Amino acid sequence: MIKTDVVIIGAGPTGLFCAHQLGIIGLNCEIIDNLDKIGGQCIELYPDKPIYDIPAIPECSGEELTKNLIKQIEPFNFKFHLGERVQEIKNENDKWILKTSKEKEFIAPNIIIAGGVGSFEPRKFSVKNCEQFEEKSILYSIKDKTIFKDKSVAIFGGGDSALDWAIELSKSSKVFLIHRRDDFRGTQASIDKVKKLEKEKKIEIYTKFQISDAKGNGILDSIEIKNDDGEKKLIKTDYVLGFFGLLMRLGPILDWELNIDKKKIPVNTENFETNKKGIFAIGDICSYPGKLKLILSGFHEGALAARGCFKYARPNEKLRFEFSTTSKSVHSRLGIKKDD
Amino acid sequence: MAKITYIEHNGKSHTIEVANGLSVMEGAVQNNIPGIDADCGGSMACATCHVYVRDEWFNKLPQKEDGEEDMLDMAYEPKKNSRLSCQIMVSDQLDGLAVNLPEKQGS
Repeated sequence: MIKTDVVIIGAGPTGLFCAHQLGIIGLNCEIIDNLDKIGGQCIELYPDKPIYDIPAIPECSGEELTKNLIKQIEPFNFKFHLGERVQEIKNENDKWILKTSKEKEFIAPNIIIAGGVGSFEPRKFSVKNCEQFEEKSILYSIKDKTIFKDKSVAIFGGGDSALDWAIELSKSSKVFLIHRRDDFRGTQASIDKVKKLEKEKKIEIYTKFQISDAKGNGILDSIEIKNDDGEKKLIKTDYVLGFFGLLMRLGPILDWELNIDKKKIPVNTENFETNKKGIFAIGDICSYPGKLKLILSGFHEGALAARGCFKYARPNEKLRFEFSTTSKSVHSRLGIKKDD
Repeated sequence: MAKITYIEHNGKSHTIEVANGLSVMEGAVQNNIPGIDADCGGSMACATCHVYVRDEWFNKLPQKEDGEEDMLDMAYEPKKNSRLSCQIMVSDQLDGLAVNLPEKQGS
């Protein structure tokens, strides 16, 4: 069991800066995120799109913002637990015990939920028949590419994941690439490569088609695809891959007896505590009158929530307000050495 | 101001007046119309405010930007007349617009 002052759920910009604020006031934290990388929506949804409304940064990308936030908390050596989701929480003697999807356990007096709009999950095919083949022959991510060797694979999607896997798997599998329109949105180099492989008959491309049925008796045998004009085609295939990006789901948070209003968690604006003592919510996931879904609001919320955690983490101490410019204790926490 | 009609997948219809300058998505969210999630809050970063625009209106709306078509790739059952409602801005010209909501926004 990992013991800490605060468990932060969500490694997006709000969670990261909140960790910084905890570090500044001398508290420890552990950061858990369901994604396999740090950065939340910034890294998953718009890594290279520009952001123009971070104070004092006229323009930066989601990736740059994430990098800088990580750099800012480096001195504290906080630990990240990526690719796992908090499944259950329970309260014992004013401490929260959390269990993740990887069976890791944490104990802390405080939880800060900085979960954005929930955890990311792959978007799936809407065709009902697909469900019975999921996790066997219909997949939304690839863990072991060797299973496709000498098999046929139908890949759906128009972004880089679909293109990259079409290129990669065409080396040793029969590949069909199917997309709902003529334009692919992946990088031009990948699009060119795919088109070249099509000419060489290494990849068969069907555009303006979407899946309409999956057939097979226990084992996937073929899929039916249909275009806007109702034209149908049957494709015999062993595997189907869908790359339609990710969806956001609140998931287990809904079961924690927190007040939830329109998929958001209401908080007070003094310290962003929820209806449960020691559970705070900040960033896109919290709601209060006047809430703005901006990164800068998340920073403010994290600063106050961090201070809200102090009284439960250090019940016998008093939190002094200090400026990072002048405070010796803050400097030592940041590992700054003065050569005077 | 424009009267906008949102028709849920089950056929239930809601007609409301939406102020100019709001998006069709915001009109739905502010009036608690079920079926439009708008997870990303209108930043064209998800596809959970997906609607089908009736043919008579589809061509009257300003054209989609590239980013919108990209996001529609990720929508639940996109069709030719699919739009992201966060990208349709309400004006007097849209009075009478009707949009159909998909069965669901995610999957």
